[in-house]
Amino acid sequence: MRSIENVSRRGFLKFAGIASGSFVLGMNLPFATAQAKSSTSALSHELNFFVSIASDSMVTLVCHRSEMGQGIRTSVPQIIAEELEADWQKVSVVQAKADKKYGSQGTAGSASIRNHFTSIRQIGAVARDMLEQAAANIWQVERSAVKAQKHFVVHTTTGEKISFGELASHAAKLTPPDSKTVTLKNNADFSLIGKDVKLIDLDDIVAGKAQYAQDIQLADMLIATIVRPPVVGGKVISFDASDALKIKGVVDVIALKPRSIPVTTNPLSGIAVLANNTWAALEGRKKLKVKWDHGDKQHHDSSLFSKQLAKQVNQQGEKVASKGDVYAHTYNENNTVEATYTLPYINHSPMETPAATAVVNGKKCTIWAGTQNPQWAKGNVAQELGLGKDEHDNIELNVTLMGGAFGRKSKADFIIEAVELAKASKRPVKVIWSREDDIQHGFYHSISANYCKAELTTKGSADHWISRNAYPPIGWLWNPDAKVPDDFQLALGFGDIPFALNNLSIEKHAVDSFVRPGWVRSVACINNGFALGSFVDELAVKAKLSTRQMWMNLLGDNRHVDPNDNGFKYSNYNLDLKEHPIDTKRMKDLINLISDKAKVEEVLPENQGWGISFLRSFGSFVAAATKVEVVNNKVTVLEMHTAVDCGIVVTPDRVKAQMEGAMIFGLSIALMGEISVKAGKVQQRNFHDSPVTRINQVPELYVHIVESNAPPGGIGEPGVPPVAPSITNAIFHASKTRIRDLPVNKVFTV
Amino acid sequence: MIKITLNNKPITLDVDPQMPLLYALRDELQLTGTKFGCGAGQCGACTVHLNGKAIRSCITPVSAIAEQEITTIEGLADIHGTPGESAVQVAWREFKVPQCGYCQSGQMMSAAALLKEIPLPTDEQIIEHMQGNICRCGTYKRIKAAIKSASTNATVTKNGVEIFDARQLANEKQGA
Repeated sequence: MRSIENVSRRGFLKFAGIASGSFVLGMNLPFATAQAKSSTSALSHELNFFVSIASDSMVTLVCHRSEMGQGIRTSVPQIIAEELEADWQKVSVVQAKADKKYGSQGTAGSASIRNHFTSIRQIGAVARDMLEQAAANIWQVERSAVKAQKHFVVHTTTGEKISFGELASHAAKLTPPDSKTVTLKNNADFSLIGKDVKLIDLDDIVAGKAQYAQDIQLADMLIATIVRPPVVGGKVISFDASDALKIKGVVDVIALKPRSIPVTTNPLSGIAVLANNTWAALEGRKKLKVKWDHGDKQHHDSSLFSKQLAKQVNQQGEKVASKGDVYAHTYNENNTVEATYTLPYINHSPMETPAATAVVNGKKCTIWAGTQNPQWAKGNVAQELGLGKDEHDNIELNVTLMGGAFGRKSKADFIIEAVELAKASKRPVKVIWSREDDIQHGFYHSISANYCKAELTTKGSADHWISRNAYPPIGWLWNPDAKVPDDFQLALGFGDIPFALNNLSIEKHAVDSFVRPGWVRSVACINNGFALGSFVDELAVKAKLSTRQMWMNLLGDNRHVDPNDNGFKYSNYNLDLKEHPIDTKRMKDLINLISDKAKVEEVLPENQGWGISFLRSFGSFVAAATKVEVVNNKVTVLEMHTAVDCGIVVTPDRVKAQMEGAMIFGLSIALMGEISVKAGKVQQRNFHDSPVTRINQVPELYVHIVESNAPPGGIGEPGVPPVAPSITNAIFHASKTRIRDLPVNKVFTV
Repeated sequence: MIKITLNNKPITLDVDPQMPLLYALRDELQLTGTKFGCGAGQCGACTVHLNGKAIRSCITPVSAIAEQEITTIEGLADIHGTPGESAVQVAWREFKVPQCGYCQSGQMMSAAALLKEIPLPTDEQIIEHMQGNICRCGTYKRIKAAIKSASTNATVTKNGVEIFDARQLANEKQGA
């Protein structure tokens, strides 16, 4: 465990622009404590404080998680400020650099709040405790006679108060209490958590001043654009740079080092054109002539592959979880539903394409990048530069805002490219990806097939159920022999089926990989959630029940489901299953809430229909409802709702924003999200043939947030999985056409 | 040498005349508020105003804008010339429109150009005009609401400086 340390007198602070006399709390690793205490390192990037209070009472809080639009640079400081009893008006936020002293900085899996809520609160509580102790010392009273209140410590009997600023130099002399023993506030006393505070980056964004990785400008910097192998695993046979070098402003053409499989998160290699400005680099690139050896993945065809996966899941697979015996049973055809669902590769397409800037000076390296995983990237760079374990802090990694990420910017390939080229050119280099680069060389949500089979009981439920899936696993990045998803992946809306079934078989299939797989917002919950949400609707149709009633019947009694009971090693998104149970009551409540709020059982005109769906993922419960109209083979989405039960809400407006965004993201997936591959090459190039939702496709959107005191769940991803099936279910109820193969635009105009 | 008026100030650009304005703004003038999104005029992240009308700077060579007026997000201002305080920007803050924020300069520039042309747009007109601007975070609902609010709350911009009241102008147009 990391410990909170009083670093007020540490030498590095002056390099971080912190005035002397400030009260500063940092984090440390227990085994590094002795070393850190004797250190007065002059490296400004050894900035690892969390809370700093200056003598003028201004509070600086650090956000150690990465911002990609989810609002974490507001929410993390908001939690610290809550426990600190700080006045939000006097809080400013600085972004942490990559530093393992912060603990996990990996901003993925919607984990920032759900996995770190308590530890973030403790930081603020420790600082508050020390300020209170400092005041008690000054007044020479018992600790219990003082209380922090909105940036002051108050003497509870006399009403006297001392500002945080005045207390800073006194608190700076105290030893922090054990963070485990400090008292956290009662939820009922929250004054910031659950309230909408001023968003940290809003003013800068609206003024056009917010700085993203693409915006980094350094003197003497070169801009690099890279032609990468069109097929994963491909290699450069030869290239001719003579015409490229004739373009005014082009400075150099550099062949990146060859890379091989396993592709890991390394660059794909290729040829880089480096120029004094972006335009020259792009023009130079057009003149490059490269001969490729496409390698052994050049025969990959995604449409054939999809059919192969569909065939695979119609056969028995390898056991993931089971209960009873689904194969000894004789199924009554009249009451049995079987369905195969297929999804294509899907790209993240953040509006800001990947970009990173690096300066390499011998064994020192400075980087500016929008990365979801600063420490992982730093480790990758250390490896690239051949640095020893004790030399990792030669790397200063500055984390910029990300213009969207959706999982793409967890991978450091574009950062390593910048480092490789900065080292080779001995100049600062900014690597920029074009939109075509982003679409054609991504880490895609895997192409997939899911299969479900169930027999309806006379009570309108099911008691025999088979779920199977087949898709290239993310583990292939590191292990070319990996053919099945690991248990963590399988826990995403697949191995955790919450229904009351006595006979169940959940199975996986072995699959080869041909493009780089990646984590796209909600990951395997996209395909698993689509299959589950679609299949419940299909069962409802067969049983002549409302979809709401079908969910109720399948979920059964109020209880906490434990997938381990079915022999599945369930990780529950790295959450304690006792604190974050699979609670069927919360599920049913939410499905009822959305059905009532959206009035999904209203009588509709012909050609219109409502669809609902649900998935619990990343510790949160989300239901979606969509109303569509299908006329002349055109689907128009008329209205969408999501209802979310994510436990304690920190920043309500950002929860709402994430749900609104998830509906739009889900719309893109359902209606038109598709990356297709022919001869190993991605076919799409830009937004004209890889469309995402535009404003004319957006219906009325409604978000319903359940008030709850349960521990917080995730928010960035869980909104996505129920959206696509709610749309296709609505299409079925409007048109009697069942979409089992996404995207919808293969069948309907959208 | 190409002379333009940028955010109400005369400037001279010494770049390849074929260079799209986007890269001149970002690389040469360090005005990075205008963003790259697609390089093909398909997403609107690079939207700026040319003589008050929205254009895609990623496909507009600087040779095409000589002696003309360009406004970028950095120049969008209220009636007193205060940057960041145009009606559109005020509404964007009020509705907390941005998530990641990357596309929002382009969204606001498109919105400001719309309100100059159509001071009180209908929903259909907003949708029609804003179709060229993609937001992958999905802030469209708030974009619509913010434009509505900006349009009814008054003033609209010309080249970054607000010069008239939207309602008044709408009335005048109706009268004429």
